[in-house]
Amino acid sequence: MVGNRYQSWGRYPKVNQEARNLYWRDDPLPVEAVADKTFLPFGNGRSYGDVCLNDGGMLFDCRHLDHFIHFDANTGVFRCEAGVLLSEVLQLTVAKGWFLPVTPGTQFVTVGGAIANDVHGKNHHKAGTFGQHVRCFELLRSDGSRIFCSPNDNNKFYKATIGGLGLTGVIAWAEIQLQPVHNAFIDQEIIRYKNLDEFFALARGSDETFEHTVAWIDCLAKGKQLGRGLFIRGNYADVFEGKAPTLSKMRLIFPVDPPFALINGLTLKLFNTLYYRKQWTDRVKGLVHYQPFFYPLDAIHAWNRIYGSKGFFQYQCAIPTDEMEGAIRELLERIGEAGIGSFLAVLKLFGDRPSPGLLSFPMPGATLALDFPNNGEKTLRLLDQFDEVTRSAGGRVNPSKDARMRPEDFQQRYPNWTKMTDYMDPHISSSFWRRVTESS
Amino acid sequence: MRNTLVIGATSAIAQATARLFAEAGDALFLVARDVNKLAVTADDLKIRGASAVHTASLDVLNFDRHQSVIDAAIETLDGLDLVLIAHGTLPDQKDCEQSFEITKKAFEINALGTISLLTHLANYFEQKGEGTIAVISSVAGDRGRQSNYVYGSAKGAVTIFLQGLRNRLTKSGVSVLTIKPAFVDTPMTAFFSKGLLWAKPSAVATRLERLIAKQTDEAYIPGYWRLIMLVIRFIPESIFKKLSL
Repeated sequence: MVGNRYQSWGRYPKVNQEARNLYWRDDPLPVEAVADKTFLPFGNGRSYGDVCLNDGGMLFDCRHLDHFIHFDANTGVFRCEAGVLLSEVLQLTVAKGWFLPVTPGTQFVTVGGAIANDVHGKNHHKAGTFGQHVRCFELLRSDGSRIFCSPNDNNKFYKATIGGLGLTGVIAWAEIQLQPVHNAFIDQEIIRYKNLDEFFALARGSDETFEHTVAWIDCLAKGKQLGRGLFIRGNYADVFEGKAPTLSKMRLIFPVDPPFALINGLTLKLFNTLYYRKQWTDRVKGLVHYQPFFYPLDAIHAWNRIYGSKGFFQYQCAIPTDEMEGAIRELLERIGEAGIGSFLAVLKLFGDRPSPGLLSFPMPGATLALDFPNNGEKTLRLLDQFDEVTRSAGGRVNPSKDARMRPEDFQQRYPNWTKMTDYMDPHISSSFWRRVTESS
Repeated sequence: MRNTLVIGATSAIAQATARLFAEAGDALFLVARDVNKLAVTADDLKIRGASAVHTASLDVLNFDRHQSVIDAAIETLDGLDLVLIAHGTLPDQKDCEQSFEITKKAFEINALGTISLLTHLANYFEQKGEGTIAVISSVAGDRGRQSNYVYGSAKGAVTIFLQGLRNRLTKSGVSVLTIKPAFVDTPMTAFFSKGLLWAKPSAVATRLERLIAKQTDEAYIPGYWRLIMLVIRFIPESIFKKLSL
């Protein structure tokens, strides 16, 4: 056990809170331990900002709710407790021909966390969000009641809980519909492209025929090369004969907190240039295991420590289709002007399948995700500038990644937030929720 | 694939270990007190690959039922290859000091209950002439300390009982494994604040499975506790009695 388990992935903000483990789904919630404070369900701490934190309150750690309940290998219907990690689901189901319907960029999130944050992945344009594949779940409330939720039962709680940031209750278990696959591999193609226009052309041309698409951007490139990067697309591999590509079992761990962030101008330039040039040809095609394809960063355990103890911010915005080309260009230009690069810059087009979630983040258009080391005011000012671009383009910021957006922006861009109060558990609160709602 | 009996099957260490048994395809017979938790555990292990999962509810304090539950396991699985005994409670030392009733109950659960089960199982395995008996004891059983000597002496009794049993059963080809976990992050220890020395049940399980395969006699989990306990046991009693441990 390295470090404090009860912090978010960005390790910002730092908070004071207590925690209680939940062990059995049939047990009532230990509300007596909460007394006059509030509590918040906690999964595996992979959201970046403060949606998983409850400063001055209590966390109910759901990670030990990790029992499988039912798996039908004929239909791909899978039911488990909410603390099961996506990695644990895959370990069980891939060999039997089933994959997650939607997965985020790390497999170390819990099923409950994936629902509460209504996560999306490289297949959003085809499959929508995680919540759209949740057949049903059970919600535990502080008054001892249990609410069975599905599209047909308690539909309003179902919608408020998907993307509901844990505020409606503790998800005890959930049932999801898995996606059939032939094997553990992805038929992948990586295309080096030269600028933002090429990105949009590639993305539009790929989203029909490729299940998964995403681009990594060299965000230090400027001018005519602005937005250049690698476009990665793939489909679940067909049945194939012959030798399967090998999967490295090596797992690195980032063992210490460096005294300062190791991400700085020099290392960024080096990494971005090397990564852009990592392949000799403009197009590389081949079979890869699902782990490096979906979870390249999971190979480095605790990679968030590379940013030092002050932590980092992720900025992820969604921009509606009509405005996306201009807004993404402007965001990238501002990064260039600021001279603060993002180690990871990921760009993807969202599809138009609406999520049932009241507070779900994706919208038809484009999404850009950026990481910045926490350099205090300077970083916050830069992110405020990004907000201006996002705001005027009619876009919004992802709460699961956020630690600093303004209450006005949240309330305007997530107009359903007022409906949440009808379904929230009166004893649940989070640092995020207080931050974006109470100061209004 | 083994025929495996797990007693105290809903405990955190037993569950984590039984998951490895299930992944290896074992046929399992699970025994625990709470029927609900037993069912939750059984469903989980079945999905994880156990070739069969059977359950029986038993309160270990109900000594009269020990023989019949063990007989049921032997009959249902058509013989046993491996037994893991993992039930137990951690009594509050201060409560024990005020009440012999609480002390007695702690002994009945942690020492006598285990010894009763082992008495029946030993005779079965001795006659069978092969198999493994693995029992969760504790580092607390190595030396009495003021902070938990009731739990410690109960576990100490189990450790010494197992030494004798091992001595007796070796010639019958039966392996007896005493496991002494140190600090493990489980519901039993939920109210302790956890530091660096705490291990996860899944880590304990991985090592336990390896110890069973190697037919080890006695082992600490994590392994470095062997050194810590070597030092603890080496301290002369005249000094030890003055320490606040």
